[in-house]
Amino acid sequence: MTTDSIIASLPYAPPFLFVDRIHSVNQEGIEGSFYLDPELDFFKGHFPHQAVTPGVILTEIMAQIGLVCLGIYLNGDDAAVAADFPFALTATEIAFYIPVYPGERVRVSSTKIYFRFGKLKCKVQLYNQNDVLACEGTLSGMCVNKPIWKEES
Amino acid sequence: MEQQEYIDKLKPILAPYAKDQEALQRLTRDTSFIRDLKINSANLVDVVLDVEEAFDVEIDNESMEKMLTVGAAIDIVQAKQDAR
Repeated sequence: MTTDSIIASLPYAPPFLFVDRIHSVNQEGIEGSFYLDPELDFFKGHFPHQAVTPGVILTEIMAQIGLVCLGIYLNGDDAAVAADFPFALTATEIAFYIPVYPGERVRVSSTKIYFRFGKLKCKVQLYNQNDVLACEGTLSGMCVNKPIWKEES
Repeated sequence: MEQQEYIDKLKPILAPYAKDQEALQRLTRDTSFIRDLKINSANLVDVVLDVEEAFDVEIDNESMEKMLTVGAAIDIVQAKQDAR
């Protein structure tokens, strides 16, 4: 699976696609980046006089690159998973260190903690344009197309 | 190991994930992880990984699918331990 085909497999579309480059990927982790276009809609309101990237958006960038792109790669050519929506976010624990501003290209580096029974848990870092760590933490997601358990009624 | 020993060893593993703490205190073989303890499937993966570590066994996908109750989990762990 190539980095282009990973991006092509993503279920997102603008204005909620937060991956534009994957630099490297292997069984243990992934690195990618995203350019925060100053024209992105949320900058108009967060905040009107001083645009700063919202923490939820930084989390989403980390999740799309660090969890979903890596998950697509790890699942390989499993068609059942590739269809529609590959991962549901199940847990986040992120610390934010410095603000990230419009016009920056942010880089995300993610390392797999485990991928078992359809659940992917990763340690993820996001660096700003100057390669300074802006936020980091752990993210988990679960393949929703092949549930391990049929929920009991 | 006696059944009660397994249950006593499982209880602290389940504690961080069980939404229903009363059901956790009343833990029996019949307790369902999802229905009674209200553990979601994402957290159930963590429970199983913690069980692997605590009992020094490896749970495969096939066993995982059957691990819906405390009793089923104990039977699977016991079988894996006996097979060693």
